[in-house]
Amino acid sequence: MNAVAKRIILIFLLSVAAGSVASAKDAPANAAASDAAPVILIRNATVLTVSHGTLEKSDILIRDGKIAAVGTVKAPVDAQIIDATGQFVMPGIIDCHSHIAVDGNVNEGSVSVSSMVNISDVLNSDDISIYRDLAGGVTTANILHGSANSIGGQTVVIKLRWGQPAAKLPFEGALPGIKFALGENPKRSNLRAPSGPDRYPITRMGVEETIRSAFTEARDYKKSWDDYNKRVAAGEKNVIAPRRDLRLDPLVEVLEGKRYVHAHCYREDEILMLLRVAREFGFHVQTLQHVLEGYKVADEIAAAGTGASTFSDWWAYKVEAYDAIPYNAALMTRRGVVVSINSDDAAEATHLNQEAAKSIVYGGLTHDEALKLVTLNPAIQLGIDKRVGSIDVGKDGDLVIYNHDPLSAYAVAQKTLIDGRIYFDREKDIAGRAALEQEKKDLLEKARKRKEEEKKSGEKKGEEEKPEETPKPPSAAATQDGAR
Amino acid sequence: MNRSSVVPQFLLTGVSLLVFAANTAAQSASSSDYAITHANIYTLAGTPIEDGSVVIHDGKIAAVGQGVTIPAGAQVIDAKGLRVYPGLFDSVTQMGLSEISAVSASVDTTESGQLNPDVVAATAVLPSSMHIPVTRASGITEVLAVPASGGFDSRGEKNLIGGQASAIHMTGWTVEDMLLKRSAAMVVDWPDVETRSFDFSTLSIKEKPFADAKKEYDKKVGQLADYIEQARHYAAALQNPADVSFSRDVKLEALAPVIRGEMPVLVFADHTRQIREAVEFCNKQKLKMVLAGGEEAWKVKDLLRSKSVPVILRPTLGAPPEEDDPYDRQLTQPAELTAAGVKIAFASFDNSFARRLGQGAANAVSHGLSPEEALKAVTLYPALFLGLDSQLGTVETGKIANLIVTNGDPLDVTAEVRYLFIKGQLTSTDNKQKALYDKYTNRPKAAH
Repeated sequence: MNAVAKRIILIFLLSVAAGSVASAKDAPANAAASDAAPVILIRNATVLTVSHGTLEKSDILIRDGKIAAVGTVKAPVDAQIIDATGQFVMPGIIDCHSHIAVDGNVNEGSVSVSSMVNISDVLNSDDISIYRDLAGGVTTANILHGSANSIGGQTVVIKLRWGQPAAKLPFEGALPGIKFALGENPKRSNLRAPSGPDRYPITRMGVEETIRSAFTEARDYKKSWDDYNKRVAAGEKNVIAPRRDLRLDPLVEVLEGKRYVHAHCYREDEILMLLRVAREFGFHVQTLQHVLEGYKVADEIAAAGTGASTFSDWWAYKVEAYDAIPYNAALMTRRGVVVSINSDDAAEATHLNQEAAKSIVYGGLTHDEALKLVTLNPAIQLGIDKRVGSIDVGKDGDLVIYNHDPLSAYAVAQKTLIDGRIYFDREKDIAGRAALEQEKKDLLEKARKRKEEEKKSGEKKGEEEKPEETPKPPSAAATQDGAR
Repeated sequence: MNRSSVVPQFLLTGVSLLVFAANTAAQSASSSDYAITHANIYTLAGTPIEDGSVVIHDGKIAAVGQGVTIPAGAQVIDAKGLRVYPGLFDSVTQMGLSEISAVSASVDTTESGQLNPDVVAATAVLPSSMHIPVTRASGITEVLAVPASGGFDSRGEKNLIGGQASAIHMTGWTVEDMLLKRSAAMVVDWPDVETRSFDFSTLSIKEKPFADAKKEYDKKVGQLADYIEQARHYAAALQNPADVSFSRDVKLEALAPVIRGEMPVLVFADHTRQIREAVEFCNKQKLKMVLAGGEEAWKVKDLLRSKSVPVILRPTLGAPPEEDDPYDRQLTQPAELTAAGVKIAFASFDNSFARRLGQGAANAVSHGLSPEEALKAVTLYPALFLGLDSQLGTVETGKIANLIVTNGDPLDVTAEVRYLFIKGQLTSTDNKQKALYDKYTNRPKAAH
């Protein structure tokens, strides 16, 4: 049984468990519950196609979840019309580095090679960040583990189908990935627990060695399986299969080009180190993540055919981020690298359009080049550009409608569509707030009454008071736990 | 949107030469005169002036308007097609106090212990911090360097009284050059009921029952109240030092201007209970309070208005505090508070993200705040809250010439700062990041 089959079974199992959760809560008003996607005509918009320029006063027809026509379109009788006069439509934003929709900690930090764990096992479709990012125009996100380990866990690309069970989140057909991490985080420079022994590695030399060791093992493991398969195929009887190794399976997939490597990195030296190791073992590094010093070795990244997914203007939060420059995306673009801007953070993801716009000022990208940073380029990096990333006939109906040019701090997303369904509608969101507020009040009142009754009946004595505010760990804690 | 589309490259080169000259001359007895001409001037003290001039003399704004006389010998900057605004004021930062936030050796934001009213930010502001030129390139001409204001602190120290915040200009060879006001505000970090807290010694989250957390909270508030009471007695004794025999206490002495209502108290609080109790406390103690943080300020807006407590808000682009908050809770709050009559300012509460100040304000505009109020919230209002509004915050005659000349709306992410004046000096927008950009743009193509 190969890993893909295992994944499908796993997803099936997940869907059973998650389905009951989803049915227990109200489906959001906007997420269409029926199977058939509606026919939608977005009318009279400024259409930012990303692939072939900007079309003024244009229509977009979406049928069966796909873009069916772009230009001047006659409204089909069954179409739901969205009048977008004065508004801007762009492809749904693709966030190439996200940690939303993950249940619990994102780091399996006990070992520095944790390739056996899979983020799709812990997808949480109830995470409110899904909805908030959707409201910021994000339709697709690459969900990764944290960066505590040289070789982290298996990643999954999801669509932000808020209201659907976890099993319905993964982007169908998108190649799975695996997170690698280089530099300060895997060597635990900034968050080593004061007590307890150091975990190997604690240097960049050790990080390289950890990856090299793992792939040396994986190469031998692959060879033992190849030999076995060859002998079985040749009709040999009674051949004993090699022992399955769940840690090495994903690395074999990397060697076979069936799994993407998404490598967290900062410094120029470690970027080149990984490209060197990849060349030696014959695998491809699909994306470098953060890659804040990518501008120093942009030619080498371009020559490797590796994508770069970076931040807009983050810097100086640690030593390896001290040489970060907001011109990184533009400079790498000019040197021929496919570049995206990612969030790494649920709140940052709500304004990725604004973050992309910064590359116009920092490095002089054109309007279309800036838009590509959060649409077509991350689609290419995730191998899903045939499906999403631009407004072209035949692509998925994943779109955002803004009230303003999205490359501005004044743009507000009005509607977000995925597969031709409206998953976020600002008007409806605002209109529904009073009812939600009332529901909350009613529930609190119900809880209060129940508590009173319990007190009266004397069943509970000296029960602890419940906290009335939800306290949070200090922001520093969030930073430490995060993956950046 | 290449910069050469508006200003020819040779002019920019000329400017950097001129900036060099200006910097070296910055501390000489007479400063240069400048005239910014043909600009659209957003004075924030009346309607914008079209095709007007700003004359700068001796570090101050000498004239503003149409048809003002350009003094002989003034260096003229033709700002046709450009706009002039007051420089932006980021009123909560760790500027100069923190260089690389994960490296504790480079961080001087928060002292240990609970009561540190006598520590002053200006003491530890590093004038050559790389953050200063990077930040001012985005149009921020002055900031408040605030001790104990958060940011990343590797030991998670929390004070009750964090020390004195210093208002500084964003250029200077020494901190004396930079000082706008050394003791601009006293920082109070209002306690919270912490049922969950991050334990830095074990890197884990510790939980405790509400009753215990509340007890600790009350104890800390009591400690603060006692201390302020002591300071009040001390301040009274100071009035008549001859009459009373008392031993000097530098900490209590530092609080005397606060007790006398001369120095505002910058109270960090986000939750309703904290804000409410802090406002009541300061009102009772007759302290001049400015609220910093204010995530839930909208819940107590009437109280804030009735007690005239202004709010310096946390970045609008952060996540809403509660899971069931509307997704745009932080973005709509500025308009809601303003409509309720509460005065607000925006601040970064950070160092490396300080340059997002304008972006945060713009996002409040797209959620109902008027563009003029948003601009004032990053210029005039922070000056007003700190008693610096007679010196800064608008483009008016007599004020310190902290000005920016931009090619567009300085709050939007695509605008560029073309010229920057601090204390009337044309100040470079070059910085470490631009230098690295230039260096690696010019890297010869790698051979493969």
